[in-house]
Amino acid sequence: MRILIVEDDPMMLDGLTVGLGLAGFTCDAVSSCADAGSALRAQGYDAVVLDLMLPDGSGLDVLAELRARKSDTPVLLLTARDQIPDRIRGLDAGADDYVGKPFDLDELAARVRAIARRGKGRASARLEWRSLSLEPGSLSATKDGAPLKLTRREFSILSLLMERPGVIVTRAMLEDALYGWQEEVESNAVEVHIHHLRAKLGPGVIETVRGVGYRLAEEGA
Amino acid sequence: MTSLRARLLLILITGTAAVWLSAMAWIFLSTRAEVEEVLDARLMEAARMVNSLISERRQEPGGGLSSKDTLFGEFERQPRAYERQLSCQIWSLDGALVGRSESAPQIRLSTAEAGFSLSDIDGETWRVFTVENPELNVRVMVGDNLRIRDGLVGDVIKGMLLPTVLVLPVMIGLIWLSVRQGLSPLNTVAAHLASRRARDLRPVPDGKLPREVAPLVGALNGLFKRVEDARERERSFTAFAAHELKTPLAGLKTQAQIALASDDRDVHANALRQISSGVDRTARLVKQLLDLAALEANDAGPKLASGDPAALVRSVASALEPLARSREVSLSVTVPDAPLRVTMEPHFLELALRNLVENAVLHAPTGGEASCELRRAPDGRVSLHVRDDGPGIAEAELPLATERFFRGSNRSALGSGLGLAIVELAMERMGGALRLVNRTPHGLDASLTFANRGEDTAR
Repeated sequence: MRILIVEDDPMMLDGLTVGLGLAGFTCDAVSSCADAGSALRAQGYDAVVLDLMLPDGSGLDVLAELRARKSDTPVLLLTARDQIPDRIRGLDAGADDYVGKPFDLDELAARVRAIARRGKGRASARLEWRSLSLEPGSLSATKDGAPLKLTRREFSILSLLMERPGVIVTRAMLEDALYGWQEEVESNAVEVHIHHLRAKLGPGVIETVRGVGYRLAEEGA
Repeated sequence: MTSLRARLLLILITGTAAVWLSAMAWIFLSTRAEVEEVLDARLMEAARMVNSLISERRQEPGGGLSSKDTLFGEFERQPRAYERQLSCQIWSLDGALVGRSESAPQIRLSTAEAGFSLSDIDGETWRVFTVENPELNVRVMVGDNLRIRDGLVGDVIKGMLLPTVLVLPVMIGLIWLSVRQGLSPLNTVAAHLASRRARDLRPVPDGKLPREVAPLVGALNGLFKRVEDARERERSFTAFAAHELKTPLAGLKTQAQIALASDDRDVHANALRQISSGVDRTARLVKQLLDLAALEANDAGPKLASGDPAALVRSVASALEPLARSREVSLSVTVPDAPLRVTMEPHFLELALRNLVENAVLHAPTGGEASCELRRAPDGRVSLHVRDDGPGIAEAELPLATERFFRGSNRSALGSGLGLAIVELAMERMGGALRLVNRTPHGLDASLTFANRGEDTAR
């Protein structure tokens, strides 16, 4: 799941990037309104973590611009200014959630997962398909009730496929979801992860649609 | 004297008493003079009356001085009390007592031959009028005891004293009432203030106040306003400070959670490094907040003195030398040889200078330069320039740069947004100023100028 973090404090930005990365998110980090605007125009995100006080303006402006473009990317406002009126103003401006500083990293991760999930129209956190079950909160997976050991990236690929079973997910989409800007993507990285996943899940789960991408195998295939 | 009412009462009562006493003294003196005059006239009249009586008796058959009892009886049967107090003696010209009234002393009343005289008889003073009658070869003397005269004057005074004694308390009461009435606007204001809560700093209503009380209430309201402003400043400062501390605290917490959650050694080490530098940054922020509070706290104004800033410039620069070295920035100091004098408060100037030099060192690129130059213009004005060859401040941000917690787009990682606010406040409080100018091709020139007073004292 790819998210954008907008925060001007360098320590906070590093903490969010690393911390949310540990929670399974692929994070892009920017520290100004201008950079946030360009990132949001260039790339689709599953969620945005937005600080309000930025050097070149207010995070609310970024939010307003995003909503003006009819984008419904979920936005979580993260700010030290967390009086009730501030929260109300933020939520009314189109934010999906509001977290005051200081916060608990795990709670923040859960809230980001929640708004991202709702952005995709799902209420339940758990992903299920046939005998497979994914728990995004703990990054744990089971097959036929037995725990499955997956790396973070394998987990991401599988959850992306399981979010919309049967729909083809392109290699570019997978790369977008797996790698932030700063990360070097090797040309066959996605294939390597798919290969490992197939080995763990067994045959007949992930189908390759030649020249397009991947999808979960259809019922009875 | 701390009570206005007691003071007014004292002044009014003393004043009234003084007026009364001088009136009494005046009345006493004039009454005495009047009484003297009247009594002297009576003495004279009585003496002449006796003289004419004895002259008449002389012509009557069987008359003569032998019938003096009748004569003096008549004299002493005078109707008025005062006249009974008169004493009469008749002496022959050769010095023998011919007769005297009952109340008259044995001793000759006066040695004077005629007219008024004063004499001492048995320790008492007598006023005597003497008439000489050469036909009968006698002197008639009529006298009265001055004690009696004084008694008369005393009666007049006593007669005046009684009403005074009765009226004075009434008067004091009236004074007390009018003072109380006159001071009631003060009481109203006092009662209004007394009924307030400690935090109520609304102005006292001053619509119907008398002219004398209005300035006091005006001053009071002015004070309220200043206290309220100071409190508001404090409140917003506290809110601002608390808010600014939240972000680094949130960062520290996040990094600590990462360190706890991750087994990866690199992630671990990075988180700890972040925590360490985060604590440094937070400590600096706290220190700057305290500096700012210290600059603001002293409402009466700093104790300004004339001094030479050169030593201060050198000591600040040498204190920041390690920071400059760690960032590979060369820090130079230029100070003129001749001694300078400026108006300053050493702590304030040090605070301003430290923040400026620190800023210069932090914004200069690695291998760059920061400089500190103290100079005296030909017109005698002293200025202090702190320069760096960093990115400078975006022109649009220059006016905002000294605002509290404003951090421009070219900020350093350590910046709190307070440094320039501190510099400006410190200079303002010393009567000086801070000026920020971008250098070409890049960098910042921050200059401090001082109040003119410094040059005056130097002359």
